[in-house]
Amino acid sequence: MNLSSTTDGNRRVVTVNESRIDAAVALTFKEQMRTETESGPDTVILDLQQVQFVDSSGLGAIVAAMKTMGKGRTLALAGLNPTVSKVFQLTRMDSVFQLFPTLDDALDSLDA
Amino acid sequence: MSTEASPVIVKMKFRSGPLAVRAALAHIVSELQPMNWSKEDLGTVEIVLAEALNNIVEHAYTGEDVAGPIAIDCRAQTSALHVRIIDDGHPMPDEQPPELTEANLDMDLLDLPEGGFGWYLIRKLANDVEYRRENNQNVLDLHLALAASA
Repeated sequence: MNLSSTTDGNRRVVTVNESRIDAAVALTFKEQMRTETESGPDTVILDLQQVQFVDSSGLGAIVAAMKTMGKGRTLALAGLNPTVSKVFQLTRMDSVFQLFPTLDDALDSLDA
Repeated sequence: MSTEASPVIVKMKFRSGPLAVRAALAHIVSELQPMNWSKEDLGTVEIVLAEALNNIVEHAYTGEDVAGPIAIDCRAQTSALHVRIIDDGHPMPDEQPPELTEANLDMDLLDLPEGGFGWYLIRKLANDVEYRRENNQNVLDLHLALAASA
């Protein structure tokens, strides 16, 4: 599971350099997200622009990552393709996360 | 229209496992390309199949190092896909697939569910779901209505 991150002021962008967040990698994703977010800014943008597919295990791992960050911090999601968006919409998780069409949209909306 | 009359597009059998599910999904989606379904419809098919197969890996073949065969048979018409998935694992609880129950997200952030979305997605996206226990096997039939792209 390849994640990379950059910090820009009060925001950290964690980029998923993988095409899938699925049952095969959900646990690893969750653990690596803990490492990427345990310190640093309160606002984290998860850049999903390279991700083609998220299944329910991947969705659960993203929810777990947000819960691990704790209250008072924000996990925003950017760059969801239509199939990934569908999973969030159907499970109504689109009401739990801030979703942005692109990383630039997220960076424009969330203050540095 | 009879399901059996539809041409078989994919017929495969593999040993259960998360990476094997990944490979199976990639194969099926690639074999469905000639149907000219929209990218969105192919995404729907992939979600439904992923959840059905992950459930088999996680629940039918439970326990450490327990794996077993999964057989998939996809039949397609212009605007419909019929998938039959057979495994040799444990039966579903009460020999019934889970019904659709709406997720309740009106709760504290830290209490949000991290699982249980799989059957929810199948019920939301598949037009018809039939399950039966037959000869000590699980037989799951999934029917999806799809629109060919122009």
